[in-house]
Amino acid sequence: MNSATSLPLLVILSSLLPGLVIFFLPEGSHRLRTTLNLAGAFVKIFLVGVLIWGVFHGQSYETRWALAPGLDLVLHADKLSLLFVSLSSVLWLVTTIYAIGYLESSPHRSRFFGFFSLCVSATVGLALAGNLFTFVIFYELLTLATYPLVAHRGTPEAIRGARIYLTYTLSGGMLLLIGTVWLYAIVGQTSFVEGGVLSGLSSEYHTQLILIFALLIAGLGVKAALVPLHGWLPEAMVAPAPVSALLHAVAVVKAGAFGIVRVVYDVYGVTFASELGVLMALGIAAGITIVYGSVKALFQDSLKKRLAYSTVSQVSYIALGTAILGPIGTIGGIVHLVHQGIMKITLFFAAGNYAETLGIHKVSEMNGVGRRMPGTTLAFSIAALGMIGIPPVAGFISKWYLGLGAVEAGMAGWVLPVLILSSLLNAGYFLPILYRAWFRTPAAVWPDEHIPAARFETHGALLWPPIITAVLALAAGLFAAAPYSPLEWASLIAQREYGL
Amino acid sequence: MTDALIALVALPLTAALLALLLPRIATALVIFSGLAITASAIALLYGVNTAGALHYELGGWTAGLGIALRADGLSAILLLMIALVMFAASVYASAYFGKASERAQFWPLWLLLWTALNALLLSGDLFNLYVTLELLGLSAVALAALSGKHAAVQAALRYLLVGLLGSMLFLVGVALLYAGYATLDLATLTQVVKPGPIAWSALTLMTFGLLLKTALFPLHFWLPPAHGSAPAPVSAVLSALVVKAAFYLVLRLWLDVFADIVTPTAANLLGVLGAGAVLWGSWQALRAERLKLLAAYSTVAQLGYLFLFFPLLLALPPGPARDVATGGLVMLALTHGFAKAGLFLAIGIVQQRSGHDNIQELGGMVQRLPLTTFAIALAGVALIGLPPSGTFLGKWQLISAAIATGQWLWVAVTAIGSLLAAAYIFRILGHAFGNQPYPHQAVAVAREEWPALLLTLTATLVLGLAGAHVWTLLENGS
Repeated sequence: MNSATSLPLLVILSSLLPGLVIFFLPEGSHRLRTTLNLAGAFVKIFLVGVLIWGVFHGQSYETRWALAPGLDLVLHADKLSLLFVSLSSVLWLVTTIYAIGYLESSPHRSRFFGFFSLCVSATVGLALAGNLFTFVIFYELLTLATYPLVAHRGTPEAIRGARIYLTYTLSGGMLLLIGTVWLYAIVGQTSFVEGGVLSGLSSEYHTQLILIFALLIAGLGVKAALVPLHGWLPEAMVAPAPVSALLHAVAVVKAGAFGIVRVVYDVYGVTFASELGVLMALGIAAGITIVYGSVKALFQDSLKKRLAYSTVSQVSYIALGTAILGPIGTIGGIVHLVHQGIMKITLFFAAGNYAETLGIHKVSEMNGVGRRMPGTTLAFSIAALGMIGIPPVAGFISKWYLGLGAVEAGMAGWVLPVLILSSLLNAGYFLPILYRAWFRTPAAVWPDEHIPAARFETHGALLWPPIITAVLALAAGLFAAAPYSPLEWASLIAQREYGL
Repeated sequence: MTDALIALVALPLTAALLALLLPRIATALVIFSGLAITASAIALLYGVNTAGALHYELGGWTAGLGIALRADGLSAILLLMIALVMFAASVYASAYFGKASERAQFWPLWLLLWTALNALLLSGDLFNLYVTLELLGLSAVALAALSGKHAAVQAALRYLLVGLLGSMLFLVGVALLYAGYATLDLATLTQVVKPGPIAWSALTLMTFGLLLKTALFPLHFWLPPAHGSAPAPVSAVLSALVVKAAFYLVLRLWLDVFADIVTPTAANLLGVLGAGAVLWGSWQALRAERLKLLAAYSTVAQLGYLFLFFPLLLALPPGPARDVATGGLVMLALTHGFAKAGLFLAIGIVQQRSGHDNIQELGGMVQRLPLTTFAIALAGVALIGLPPSGTFLGKWQLISAAIATGQWLWVAVTAIGSLLAAAYIFRILGHAFGNQPYPHQAVAVAREEWPALLLTLTATLVLGLAGAHVWTLLENGS
């Protein structure tokens, strides 16, 4: 095995192996567990760096392993997978630091971090999957690895939330599986290729291909929380904050969205999908989800639930981007994959900080929290403004490209109203929070203050992660035109897809 | 290589006799002979993989008079599964049965069962098959009744009657064939058998007898009580291996010997019964109150999947496509063997430590018995058919063949069955993850936990990741 064939596998192993060791560590060995976690995270980032450098210089990386006749497990590094891999490995590092601080003294930490590492390994495998078969494998593994994390607290609500989560995701996985097997039955084993692989099929297959598309998107749409398949997401909010952060920004929801991107661009090919007429349906589903999620978010008093519905809405921007035919819209959708991740994780870190430090779980309890926790609230504000789409935060870039792409594709008639409406709704559910946090007078006592203000407003391990990700969100917007920026990568991917 | 053929029958048989005579050293004897049998199975597999199917006439008597042993890729891989599962369960049983008197009763029967399984897989003629089938049934019944409890004895008695009826039907079929074609050698029969009343009625009788023994829905009624009340290591091999031996014979008869006789309609009937097994078994497993019953009904369901393959295989023309699908079938059977054995062993640990196996009262099990729970979860992954288990690859082929031949009904059955399996497995895990205090002093013994864990790991990781070799072996060993 040389580096070209082993590197993608090593990227997965860098979190898988520490995770397996962590399972067997006694609860008390705090230091060893932390070392393993962080070492794994840093090694992964380093390996991903090597991958990016290599791919940029024309090197190709692929691990291939036959599981059955005609079924190869393929891990392949292309530009799209690298975008997702870098996102997950960077955010994994930050989330690990956060989780170490968050779970400081709670029970079953070895179990938690073990599954945490498995979850990231599955996400990275999903990102690197070189064909649909491999994607399905990691998609299901992700479900398995996240179940114990959602059920982690062991309360009846947690068990119930985990069961609902599982019901949705396993049913979705089954649809995805059937769609994939069907596709394989028609075309055999094919890799993900920019521009798709199906356009050469004769027109007698088109009905089947439309049905397969519906199956695949329904299966992926469960994790991507497309309405009406989103029901699990608010229920899974019972999980500890780092898990929610991971679920919403990097792993589960993103896996669904990433899958949709893969299916549209690298299996069907966006032009062919548009000819089949399935893009329009996807776009409409995404549009409905965007508006529905925002409206629901407006009425949630629980901060985490409001963020959850916001995720429902925001992730569908990615699907919307894929549904817009034309390079600009593609850029908007793909770049949002990254932008939504860093902004949403900031919001969840901040929400976790409010809950852990002051016992604040509801929006109505947030009066004046900006004075008590300025760092956290500043990070929250940056991310929230980005979600609304206010420049120069990253979210603005996404919306700008989506809007421009819609105009270019002649879909402005309904995409622009959706974008404008959703931005107004975003403002409607985020600005009141910011107003409360910064300008209202604080309540006399906080609901349940665990961590008194000392040198920092809360533990350092809780404070720094949201600040780092907020800075990233700002940087992704400010330096969008710089080389290696998410926008730059998204543009490269779009160029390849459209053969420009 | 022929040494390995003989050793696979001679070793367990000799050990069984010795264990009867020398009960004091029986445990050591079982472990050592277990290792030797496993080594022989590996040697046989290697031989079949390199040199193709093997054939040996005991004492030089030709077929028809003497006892002929034969092995191809299918029997070799099943023999290895039997060896590994039996060996792991033997290690487990050495700790599970605390009293020396219990072990003294247990080992001879156990080794006899092992002998019967191996001999059945190696037999090449119908009379020997009948004898081994009978031996297998009787030793299985004796083992199932071992606890001596009322429920166990009652279930075992029913098991005995069903088994006898099954063998009797099989024997009548054998007699018909002998009357019609004057041979019992499978290879010869394959060439001479012709469509007609004799072949049809023989096949029907034999199949019916075997379906009783393999507990295909709706002939499964005897299985849940028998498997649910036997000692844990016995349940493990009954569910994982014994029912599969009868299935193996059905497969041989339908795909080899009577390949020209069987009709798509008949195969469809098997498929329908298989579908009934999948749905009914999974549903009953979901409703089960006790872990062991859940596992037993899950066996009913999992056997159903194997029968779904019959209408598919018959619809595919002989050639690569059919071989790939057959590999999927073998994969399902293998994975289920390892997973179900591991599951029963793990359940046995739970039952011994907490004194019950009520699913409702498993709260907090994850904290107290983490490895055991992990083994149950791994087995669950394989039973549901999620990656990276071998079942995933098998079900993929099942769905693929169904789509390719346009038989969408089986796709739906597989999908629903898998989701039901997920529901019954996560019903256990949901309770196990609860944070209620687990009231029992639960210190698991390594000799019990590790066999369970290794078996389930084989099902979920080894078979899933090294699965391609199974297809290669079947091709090389034909």
